[in-house]
Amino acid sequence: MTVPALAVSHLTKSFDRPVVQDLDLTIRAGEFYALLGPNGAGKTTILRMVAGLLQPDAGDISIFGVDARRDPIAAKRMVAWVSDEPMVYDRLTPLEYLEFVAGLWQVEPKRAQAHANELIDWLGLSPHANQLCGGFSKGMLQKVALAGALVHDPKLIILDEPLTGLDAGSARTVKDVLLGKVRDGVTVIMTTHILEVAERMAERIGVITQGKLIAEGTLAELRTRIGRESSLEDIFLDLVAQDSEAA
Amino acid sequence: MSAAPASIGWFARHELKLGWRDWVAMMTGGRRSRSVGIVVFLAVVTVLLHLMAYGLVSRWAANGVADNEATLVMLTGTGILFWTIMLSQALEAVTRVYYGRSDLDLVLSSPASSRRLFAVRTGAVALTSMLLPSLLAGPLINMLALIDGPRWLYAYCVVIAMGAISTAISVLITLALFRTVGPKQTRLIAQIVAAVVGAGFVIGIQAAAILYYGDMSRFALFQSQALIDAAPAIDSTFWLPAKAAMGDIPALLIMLGIGFAALVLTILLAAPSYGQHATSAAGLTHIRSQRRPATRDFHLVSQRHALRLKEWRLLQRDPWLLSQTLMQILYLLPPALLLWLNFGHDAGAFVVVVPVLIMAAGQLAGGLAWLAISGEDAHDLVVTGPVSPRTVLIAKIEAVLTVIALVMAPLLLLMALSSPQMALITAFGVLLSAGSATAIQLWFRVIGKRSMFRRRQTASRAATLSEAFASIMWAGMGALLAGGSRLAIAPAIVALVVLGLAKLLSPRRS
Repeated sequence: MTVPALAVSHLTKSFDRPVVQDLDLTIRAGEFYALLGPNGAGKTTILRMVAGLLQPDAGDISIFGVDARRDPIAAKRMVAWVSDEPMVYDRLTPLEYLEFVAGLWQVEPKRAQAHANELIDWLGLSPHANQLCGGFSKGMLQKVALAGALVHDPKLIILDEPLTGLDAGSARTVKDVLLGKVRDGVTVIMTTHILEVAERMAERIGVITQGKLIAEGTLAELRTRIGRESSLEDIFLDLVAQDSEAA
Repeated sequence: MSAAPASIGWFARHELKLGWRDWVAMMTGGRRSRSVGIVVFLAVVTVLLHLMAYGLVSRWAANGVADNEATLVMLTGTGILFWTIMLSQALEAVTRVYYGRSDLDLVLSSPASSRRLFAVRTGAVALTSMLLPSLLAGPLINMLALIDGPRWLYAYCVVIAMGAISTAISVLITLALFRTVGPKQTRLIAQIVAAVVGAGFVIGIQAAAILYYGDMSRFALFQSQALIDAAPAIDSTFWLPAKAAMGDIPALLIMLGIGFAALVLTILLAAPSYGQHATSAAGLTHIRSQRRPATRDFHLVSQRHALRLKEWRLLQRDPWLLSQTLMQILYLLPPALLLWLNFGHDAGAFVVVVPVLIMAAGQLAGGLAWLAISGEDAHDLVVTGPVSPRTVLIAKIEAVLTVIALVMAPLLLLMALSSPQMALITAFGVLLSAGSATAIQLWFRVIGKRSMFRRRQTASRAATLSEAFASIMWAGMGALLAGGSRLAIAPAIVALVVLGLAKLLSPRRS
């Protein structure tokens, strides 16, 4: 059996209330996985714990077999994190930003440079490659952040609402890049509120409410679970409604 | 009764509410429970300032202040010192009226009049630029009023008039810059002008005092017979502000009239173009041109060096830092001049120079350390990188200390040529002062955007105070060491206690 890209067990996190409760989640290598849930369900908290941005209260996180809590550096080498709010330095150019990221991940300079130029080209950033990022639109910043995530060839890409606020063209570019990466064997985990995107792109979908995974599977499996042929939107709303009734 | 929406009164109330909440947040660090402590602290500071002011003016005013040329020279010189601070502050604040984006987009996109908003914000700038000099000069004015009579209270009206005049001049300078160099350069040039104006007069006076009297005290120059002899006649209009401050009612009315008229006329002149200039400043980010070649060579560097390089690049491109460093360097000119003049002579001058350098290093390090340690625009990226938090912090500290070393090195070298021992003492003090400021910023770090720099003190008053106090104590230690006194151990111990207290007060980190 191959090692899963991500294996989370008994993951728990509370702030002033429990946000993630005893969560178990396994994502296969090379899979495109969409994590859905209403606002405040705990999706971002889960992903931030996986990316090493938050310390869990309890539970284990394993990334390609590496215990992320025991050896965070080794785990981080394989992971890229892209948040909904692109965090890019206003006073660096996209190329300088990518050079910095390559330095952090210790990518061999020639390879990093070639890869950076390729990504800049691919994402349509070439005319702006040497301009400071401070003046970029949200879509351009998101593309720079995505380039930063890809420049070190991660095995697992985690994206939190990466399409929020993007125009149709930028959103298409980001989606194409992600699908291309999955074809190359990279694992992608993404949260989104745009259910059509999850429906069309994800191989498996997980639905979270109140920090618990209430349903998981392919679109067909989820349809079977609610017992009718519906869109992902209907399935999602049904599942969430069932869960709140049960609660 | 409330003012009509979008009227001047309505905008004024809105600005007042925001200003008040900002001030409360800055003073209490967002914790209401600190209010009582802050009030007690402010009361103690006020009493101390008044005691210091009494010490300064009591002998001078004991037998009544004479209305002669010597008094007018002293008052005018001191007044210009305060006024340059006002002008510098007003210039900086006026650029924020044009470039600050917090709610400007909202207001400019609404049907409300941008002219009214400009009038209110310019009025607010005038008010705030009067406030700091009033706080600084207040104890002196109050003590003079106590000793020599209430006529000195009119000096507050002079501060108000000067504040209005500085704001008017600042608006005119900003407007001229917008028209001549355009929105892209206006902010940078205005910041540099503000730094030079703020420090220029103080430094010029100190330099003159050093050259003529071998003393860094600016008051030595104001009291010099040569300057008094060269000053205009007693009935000259040049003395109008000084006479007004001493209670001359006609002079005071003229000053207030000039101040009020200048402010109103400037607002009337600049308000119509405010919307257009503010919009052009907002659109700046979209009109950058491509100036550099499209390729760039990547180099193999360690993670620590990649972090250091990034910090240096960002520091180098930070407009605040440019003006702040320029100001620090300007402040270092008088001690450098004193060093130059005393080259090869006795060590007397070092007692003055050493603490100035140590203080400057501490202040610069505090600002730089905030930018490097707390001001992290891509916090998530750095945290998710395969690099330990310790390595990140070490790299950032190295980046800050290297910059301090670069700024201080020429002065230390100059000093070493004259006295290696003094250079060693200064280097030791600079290291301690810069190290303390950096450590305090490290302990109290609250990650935020670099653009939040102006609000960095909101996070913790304790950090700000301990940073300043530690720098002063290390400077005191340096001065005493330079003077050969064993008492140098005392301020060093106090500095260590301050650092210990800061560490205790700092938030715990898991």
